[in-house]
Amino acid sequence: MSLDLFYYEYKVVHREEIMSQEVKLSVSNIEKSFPGVKALDRIEFSVRKGSVHVLCGENGAGKSTLMKIINGIYQPDAGKILIDGQEVQIKNPIQARSLGISMIFQELNYIPEMTIEESLFVGNWPLDKMKKVDWPEIRKRTVALLKEEGLNYSPTTKLKNLTVSDIQMLEIIKAISYQSDIIIMDEPTSAITQKEVDLLFKKIFELRSRGAAIIYISHKMDEIFKIADDITIFRDGKVIDSRPKEELDIDTVISLMVGRKLSNNFPKVDVPIGNVILETKNITGELFDDISFNVKKGEVVGFAGLMGAGRSEVMRAIFGLDPIYSGEILINGKKVSIKKVQDSISKKVVMLSEDRRRYGIIPVRSVKENISISNLNKFIYSGKLHAQKENETVSYYCEKMNVKTPSFETNIEALSGGNQQKVLLAKWLITDPEVFIVDEPTRGIDVGAKYEIYKLISDLVADGKSVIMVSSELPELIGMCDRIYVMAKGNIMGSLEKENFSQENIMRLATASITKH
Amino acid sequence: MKNFIDKLKKLNSKGNYSIYLVLIALFIVSWMANENFATWGNLSNISRQIAVGTILAFGQTILIISGMLDLSSGSVLALAGVLSVSVYTMTQSLALSFIVGIAVAVFCNILNGLMVTKFKTPPFIATLAMMAMARGAALMYTKGQNIYQIGDYVVFGQGSWFGIPNPIWFLVITLAITWYLLKHTVFGRSIYAIGGNEEASNASGINVNKVKMKAYIINGIFVGLAGIIFMSRVNGGLPNGAIGFEFKSLTAAVIGGTSFTGGVGTASGTLAGAFIVGFLDNIMVLIGVDSYLQQIVRGAIIALAVIYDISIKTKRKRTKLIKAK
Repeated sequence: MSLDLFYYEYKVVHREEIMSQEVKLSVSNIEKSFPGVKALDRIEFSVRKGSVHVLCGENGAGKSTLMKIINGIYQPDAGKILIDGQEVQIKNPIQARSLGISMIFQELNYIPEMTIEESLFVGNWPLDKMKKVDWPEIRKRTVALLKEEGLNYSPTTKLKNLTVSDIQMLEIIKAISYQSDIIIMDEPTSAITQKEVDLLFKKIFELRSRGAAIIYISHKMDEIFKIADDITIFRDGKVIDSRPKEELDIDTVISLMVGRKLSNNFPKVDVPIGNVILETKNITGELFDDISFNVKKGEVVGFAGLMGAGRSEVMRAIFGLDPIYSGEILINGKKVSIKKVQDSISKKVVMLSEDRRRYGIIPVRSVKENISISNLNKFIYSGKLHAQKENETVSYYCEKMNVKTPSFETNIEALSGGNQQKVLLAKWLITDPEVFIVDEPTRGIDVGAKYEIYKLISDLVADGKSVIMVSSELPELIGMCDRIYVMAKGNIMGSLEKENFSQENIMRLATASITKH
Repeated sequence: MKNFIDKLKKLNSKGNYSIYLVLIALFIVSWMANENFATWGNLSNISRQIAVGTILAFGQTILIISGMLDLSSGSVLALAGVLSVSVYTMTQSLALSFIVGIAVAVFCNILNGLMVTKFKTPPFIATLAMMAMARGAALMYTKGQNIYQIGDYVVFGQGSWFGIPNPIWFLVITLAITWYLLKHTVFGRSIYAIGGNEEASNASGINVNKVKMKAYIINGIFVGLAGIIFMSRVNGGLPNGAIGFEFKSLTAAVIGGTSFTGGVGTASGTLAGAFIVGFLDNIMVLIGVDSYLQQIVRGAIIALAVIYDISIKTKRKRTKLIKAK
């Protein structure tokens, strides 16, 4: 599954070399319970200097909880943490940092109004003699860091003017700049593009040869096998297996993670393709230009491209979230005007947004309310919401989507990412869409839930609906789509038919734009 | 006993019921502190006293749940009230004066709504501006003079029906409307959704601006009604009346568990919040607490309510994270 297009300066480190290194960090017998859940059960785990230890497991398996304990965010109920063989108590992240631990979080929390230099030194400001923040020093160090990482930004650029992937890279740079010996990365690649993934991996290899111990959490198999020295698999709060990479392969890891064999990664079945249902003619918006494409009945159409290629922006415009300056959208051959989301829903076009937290879930409200929010008119009888009708529909779709929730009144935030995603899919399914746009539908969710979402997409098209799938995971697009459009810099660079699908072909189109514009 | 506490905990984890327990506890303590507290006369008196503020608080609750608020309600109440009284003194028509009172307040709130939806002004600023404008308009119209001799207009605030004072009827009606709207209508669901996550609500097909506008219009109806009752109770059109009522109403809503971060709140919670304030004020007078100290207590209660609200939220969030990861 490797991308031949990209070249890693990957120095193979031999097993003997790793085994000769000392254990940097180990935990033993760690236990942690939360009301009603045993999150971690007698965890044993260790990582050596100069090695990359990958943790994998489904969401809720306990990886992140363990990392939060190591980073001092949670306190364990029992068990020991040892650094360089010495037992340590880690009470908070500041203490963790002083012990040489730094962590890169999965979800970006940043302040849009902050400049790059401000954000790099938050909480770690260098002080001058007067105990004032030493801004000239910050400027100097920021310039040096940016230069070293080859990022072409001014230190005074505000974060809101950067792309998500740039911000993620800054986070990574920040963690590295602490000169930590133990670096924890919690799914660092879920928001960055392939190009930056390469940069990150290069960085990781550098860190490793410097002797840092790296703990890396990921769901992406090809990635895991590229960088891991050791792999530990978590399931239901327990360590299921922990081995050197050489002793494992992708199928074994997946089956250990889910506790069952996934016979087929992509359950897509071939269905007859019908007439064109959705078509755009030369639509132009703020971040895309002259976009023409079509989607046929029963088709899964993919949109590939690097981060910032304008794929999501096109979809947002079709869905009525952003304006279209010129061009036409046709549904069933008829020109339609979509100015707001209500218009597209009434035309039976819906979209699952890439940003679940921002455009998807309504945090303080229940699963039920999150599902029915787009469908309330279906439950109205003489002006009143029909509670029974609503409950029946919600429970039917929760069951159909296999949403795991204690009850429909449970706050949606209590659910795992994969289950939240299924709730949002259920919400749109009830609107009975003809065209379902899914933007990064499997980002940050576990293997089991991913498979269920693939199955749903396959079922939808088998039912004569159409799906537009925007994704940065090429294997997913190749496995699921009938046709793939590739975008770059706001333009469609080309489309690929099934027989021409390959990661190389897609990447070639996706990177071609750099010469064109 | 342990069983009982467990049950209470379970109940409280589903919804937030502690506010009602506080209300009951306060009632019992007040009863023990002064025998005159739990008499029909006194309780009916408290209800009449809190009616105006609580009706405002229902409007406020709807707005706060959706992530907005209304700082202008006290001033708009005064403007709507004096115009309504003035129309009555000119025409002697109760119906017409009632309609004018409501219409003026609705008009002011349409302006609030327009500022918030069309011009994207933060609700805090928009209604702060309206607070000054409406008060100014009330004073300008009356040239700063109170309007007296309001005759039968007193029926709204001082009359009664089936032995129950009219302000209490109005209180019950607005409670029922608020409860029904929040619980059983698309509008109510939309209000909670917008307060929970405005962008996601928009991306879910809710017409956010329309819902916000509706919320201000409903608030306007309540404010107008409160203005009519207020002027009727004080026997005159007072352009300087009801100063600070916007904060009274915010207090009731916040103590009642309406969250300023949006998406959370109920009509019954606000009612309980209003009664907690009403009981406290009353019992402090009955047992002769110094009136300056009363203010301090009132302030402390708000702080406590918010601290409690936030501590619950952090606790829930923690359990949430755990379950999710």
